[in-house]
Amino acid sequence: MLAVKTGKQIEFSAEALEKASQIISRYPEGRQKSALLPLLHLTQNELGGYLSVEAMDYVARMLHIQPIEVYEVATFYSMFNLQPVGRYMLEVCHTGPCAIRKGEWLVKYLEEKLGIKSGGTTPDGLFTLKEVECLAACGYAPMMQIGERYYEFLDTPEKVDQLLNELRSKMAQSN
Amino acid sequence: MKILLDKVNVAGINSLDVYRANGGYASVEKALRKMTPAEIIEEVKKSGLRGRGGAGFPTGMKWSFLDKKSGRPRYLVVNADESEPGTFKDRYLMEHIPHLLIEGIIASCFALESNLAFIYVRGEFKWIINILWKAIGEARDAGLLGKNILGTGFDLDIVVHPGGGAYICGEETALLESLEGKRGNPRLKPPFPAVVGLYGMPTVVNNVESIAAVPWIVLNSGDAYSKIGTPKSAGTKLISACGNINKPGVYEIELGLPVEEFIFSDEWCGGIANGKRMKAVVAGGSSVPILPTELILKTANGEKRLMSYESLQDGGFLTGTMLGSGGFIVYDENQCIVRNTWNFTRFYHHESCGQCSPCREGTGWMERILHKLENGHGSMSDIELLWDVQKKIEGNTICPLGDAAAWPVASAIRHFRDEFEWHVTNPKEAMERNFGIREKIEVAV
Ligand SMILES: Cc1cc2nc3c(=O)[nH]c(=O)nc-3n(C[C@H](O)[C@H](O)[C@H](O)COP(=O)(O)O)c2cc1C
Ligand code: SF4
Ligand code: FES
Repeated sequence: MLAVKTGKQIEFSAEALEKASQIISRYPEGRQKSALLPLLHLTQNELGGYLSVEAMDYVARMLHIQPIEVYEVATFYSMFNLQPVGRYMLEVCHTGPCAIRKGEWLVKYLEEKLGIKSGGTTPDGLFTLKEVECLAACGYAPMMQIGERYYEFLDTPEKVDQLLNELRSKMAQSN
Repeated sequence: MKILLDKVNVAGINSLDVYRANGGYASVEKALRKMTPAEIIEEVKKSGLRGRGGAGFPTGMKWSFLDKKSGRPRYLVVNADESEPGTFKDRYLMEHIPHLLIEGIIASCFALESNLAFIYVRGEFKWIINILWKAIGEARDAGLLGKNILGTGFDLDIVVHPGGGAYICGEETALLESLEGKRGNPRLKPPFPAVVGLYGMPTVVNNVESIAAVPWIVLNSGDAYSKIGTPKSAGTKLISACGNINKPGVYEIELGLPVEEFIFSDEWCGGIANGKRMKAVVAGGSSVPILPTELILKTANGEKRLMSYESLQDGGFLTGTMLGSGGFIVYDENQCIVRNTWNFTRFYHHESCGQCSPCREGTGWMERILHKLENGHGSMSDIELLWDVQKKIEGNTICPLGDAAAWPVASAIRHFRDEFEWHVTNPKEAMERNFGIREKIEVAV
């Protein structure tokens, strides 16, 4: 998947810069490249949920490595988004143990409810629906990850509806 | 008997104070003040502890391979990548009793004479990463980490490192590459990490659960540990049980427990959900061979199958399976083996790092053939082709992910060939309903 060039200069806030330098300092002298994954997580969080070309170049400069070293890593790992995503990523597990406990139903239900296909984003930019592989919650199926949290045992329309409503009102409040 | 989760229900056990008040960190006091590194390694060897990450390699033996002579820095890397479908035990341990892992790391690093340890946690476990940092902070404030621990002169720091979402980074050499800030491409072995590991330095990679067993061994002796379980499968094991059972969850069992008891007793899985009958079990994470009911409850010789390395392996791959990671997946009579095999193969195709062509291409082939069969477009020759492709992957790749992708397919065809054929001869029904033909399985209990 191609990454997006925004044409915008990136600058971290003082607080984010402080976090970044703290992350880099964890690794032994001369091994700063090890900070790449945590820095990419931080950057994606700071910059609206995805990594643009400029964002990756920014990380390369922070670590004094070549941009290609960042691109090849960012494209390897499934947690990094190279395209803009909705405010909330609904990442539903579709692997075997979940699939046999209503995991397939959960994907279908969300598709219907949100009026989008798996992989798509709602027109209001609120939700992106994504199917992901096993999240180590197999006994608590069906489940999805939203941001930093897991939501488990989502086995009825009521539970899913309630969760979506909570997210909507949280969004409304923060606006 | 429980040794990892015995105190997991004590209120506040995730905090240092409560953990210590309940005997926590006693193994650090004992190890650092009263034992030598060599003595600890000897105890771990005697304990018979085998790696809990999946391969079951003896932990003490792995530790004794660590190159200490060259004098280069040594590292301990704890594998908390936990991504094998069916497996969710390390998460449980870290979430509920994080100090047990920190305690294990300190005692282990003292034995390995290492001053820096990493915990590589899958990136999706964001809240667990926070829990671990908090526990590390508490331990540091109490003088259990950092410089001159407990005044003994031993220094140790622990870094929690997040992954980026990639199953392959659970493979130890891919994990090391990833920790160095690279793509998770497994390395050729040898050299093994014990000689050339993280940053080219001698490194031990161990699963969370393996390291968490060390405090008990240090405190109670290797001999005592070896008396738990069976002679070849010492100790306890965390089993994460899921699928169509009444009580999915994480259980600590003494190795050697009969499989039938584990599935049907109310103490554990509580039997099959919704009054259905059992059809099949994947006993050790998605990578191990699937077995039909008759072979998971009893070996081909008619002996009771036990939850142990040797009993689950009995019969080899013809009639047996493996304990693996302890990811225990139970299928009821309504589940379709072809669909499940397709699902798992899609997983391996998605997760292949792409370095070796048998794995990169073969997993894609298998996924496409299985998709065809599952959707009623397959022919009998597709089943033979599928068999052929999996055979050509197995043993021909850099890392064991290739084998892990081949085994579920081989075992599904071996034990459920009739169901694959049924998909070919009844394409319309195969499309309409989600389950195969093994509906008439009598369960022994
Ligand atoms: C594809 C693949 C994935 C693996 N995933 C994990 C994992 O998530 N956690 C783990 O501890 N070991 C995993 N392993 C096994 C490790 O390579 C290694 O054997 C293990 O971490 C060693 O620790 P132990 O001896 O304590 O089990 C995986 C192996 C392979 C081939
Ligand atoms: S077997 Fe698969 S995952 Fe392992 S190195 Fe080869 S291509 Fe990568
Ligand atoms: S299969 Fe869904 S969390 Fe493991």
